Amino acid sequence: MSIALTRSSTTGFGLRWLWLTPIVLVAALIAGTAIGETSIPVETIVKVLANQLLGADYAVDRIDAGIIWNYRLSRAVVAGCCGTSLALAGVVLQALLRNPLADPYLMGISAGASTGAVAVAVAGLGAGALSLSLGAFIGALLAFGIVIMLAHAANSGVGGGRGVQAAGAIILAGIAGSQLFNALTAFIITKSASAEQARGIMFWLMGNLSGVRWADVALAVPAALFGLLVCLWHRRSLDAFTFGADSAASMGIAVRPVRGMLIIAMALVTAVMVSIVGAIGFVGLVIPHAMRFIVGSRHTRLVPATALAGAVFLIGSDILSRILISGQVLPIGVITSLIGAPAFALILIRGKRS
Amino acid sequence: MRLTAEQLAWSVHGTPLLTDVSLTVEPGQTFGLVGPNGSGKTSLLRLLAGLNKPKAGRVLIDQQPMHTLKQRAIAQSIALVEQQADTTDRITVRQVVSLGRTPFLSALRPWSKEDDAIVAQALRDVDMAHMTDRLWHTLSGGERQRVHIARALAQQPKILLLDEPTNHLDIRHQLSILELVRQLPITVMISLHDLNHAMECDRIGVMDGGRLIDSGLPQEVLTAARLRQTFGVHAHVVNDPVDGKQIMRFRNSI
Repeated sequence: MSIALTRSSTTGFGLRWLWLTPIVLVAALIAGTAIGETSIPVETIVKVLANQLLGADYAVDRIDAGIIWNYRLSRAVVAGCCGTSLALAGVVLQALLRNPLADPYLMGISAGASTGAVAVAVAGLGAGALSLSLGAFIGALLAFGIVIMLAHAANSGVGGGRGVQAAGAIILAGIAGSQLFNALTAFIITKSASAEQARGIMFWLMGNLSGVRWADVALAVPAALFGLLVCLWHRRSLDAFTFGADSAASMGIAVRPVRGMLIIAMALVTAVMVSIVGAIGFVGLVIPHAMRFIVGSRHTRLVPATALAGAVFLIGSDILSRILISGQVLPIGVITSLIGAPAFALILIRGKRS
Repeated sequence: MRLTAEQLAWSVHGTPLLTDVSLTVEPGQTFGLVGPNGSGKTSLLRLLAGLNKPKAGRVLIDQQPMHTLKQRAIAQSIALVEQQADTTDRITVRQVVSLGRTPFLSALRPWSKEDDAIVAQALRDVDMAHMTDRLWHTLSGGERQRVHIARALAQQPKILLLDEPTNHLDIRHQLSILELVRQLPITVMISLHDLNHAMECDRIGVMDGGRLIDSGLPQEVLTAARLRQTFGVHAHVVNDPVDGKQIMRFRNSI
């Protein structure tokens, strides 16, 4: 893959491997479509795609065609978008807040989404007019808004250099906000959920791609592309934060508007993804770190590398979640952590040695 | 470029850190800022660099009030070397210095050969050209400081602000950095703890308790009375027989 090619040159700005990106992505999507409980030959996949996209007229099994087009392909595309978005959100937050533990859920987004989902599914908020996804989306934005207001209030009470304190305030506010919304979720579940409902919610919270259809693709693809474009456009601003916000300001970055815009954009994209597939952990925290070890910290290379790796990682995790236990689909969040944690540990150890 | 401060004030939580600071640094001059710990040197440099907005007063770059300029426009004229700026990123020396080109780059003005040349020159200026591919976290404190100065030089500033840049440097590099700074044809403001180094500046300002209590030619400002009053030390001047220059020696009591 692209990794081997870039390993040797951590100093240059070379993007020679960029042409590999679409190939790797398409390969991952085809794998995501081919592999499953009934494995489907690549030839059939190509035929179905030709029928659907190019209006060709190959004879294919109708059940195969249905599985490929309506079930697996849409699912793989959304998994890819989700992986890209969460990983990029991680890159941005880690760069802006100068904190290696920052991840997309730091700002209360997953906690708020859970509360929103539970409020709709268990407490019956909206009396059936709201879908689980919409409830999660509203909950995520509400929690994010509260966290930002809290951070703002806390920050105006602290003096000195605006960089360090602002980043610290956001992190602390995120922890406080997340705890509040997690407590609300627990409260609603204990008060009104049946055991079965609670299990269903748990499953959703750990990430679930089973219900994904083309309507979700129409939402996920633009959101992921938007996130990617924002990151690419601001790659130099992100670089300028290497030595903190003050240093970025002294190099001409309008810190407050740029940081605010980037954080809000990433929060929106994350909220969209969480509302579609639940809160898939680990991707946003670890993929950026892994990619930094491989392609370095400059965002001109880190952003595309992370976008690709996030997509491939989540498509791969989704495949594993479907085939690991036959007849049963594991929550994808379990896979991302089970596979990702040891893989990440390996990268960390090897990185230390080099 | 001329750098002017007009009655600057700055406070945090109602604690005044700077009060009524006015000064002018003429184009090409090297202005040394001295004063005890906590006298407001760093706060003043931050206001002059546009990192904080003054609570009162204003900063002028030539005749232009700083608050009318965008951050990017300020950074195209003024570079700042902070006292402590560190990173955990895996980033090479060349990449750090390249960051200095940020104010000049945009989607329409991508990285060019010219930028490469500017970065290479900045690295030579601070004697770090042989370490361009070293990773940041493998550098010593003094090497990091020199890379920061190179990063500021890569900004090709008309005004360079340095906050105690000689901290962490060995004596050879202290002298070479001061020499470099003095020879730069640009306006420089540099805060220093070593008063003998400060004597080499064109002009000196003495900060105490957030005020600029004196400024002028070094030998006029750094008098025995001033050193006793502001720094709480007794000083006497001796002549160096090698080049006839005056150096100061300090004691806590006579």
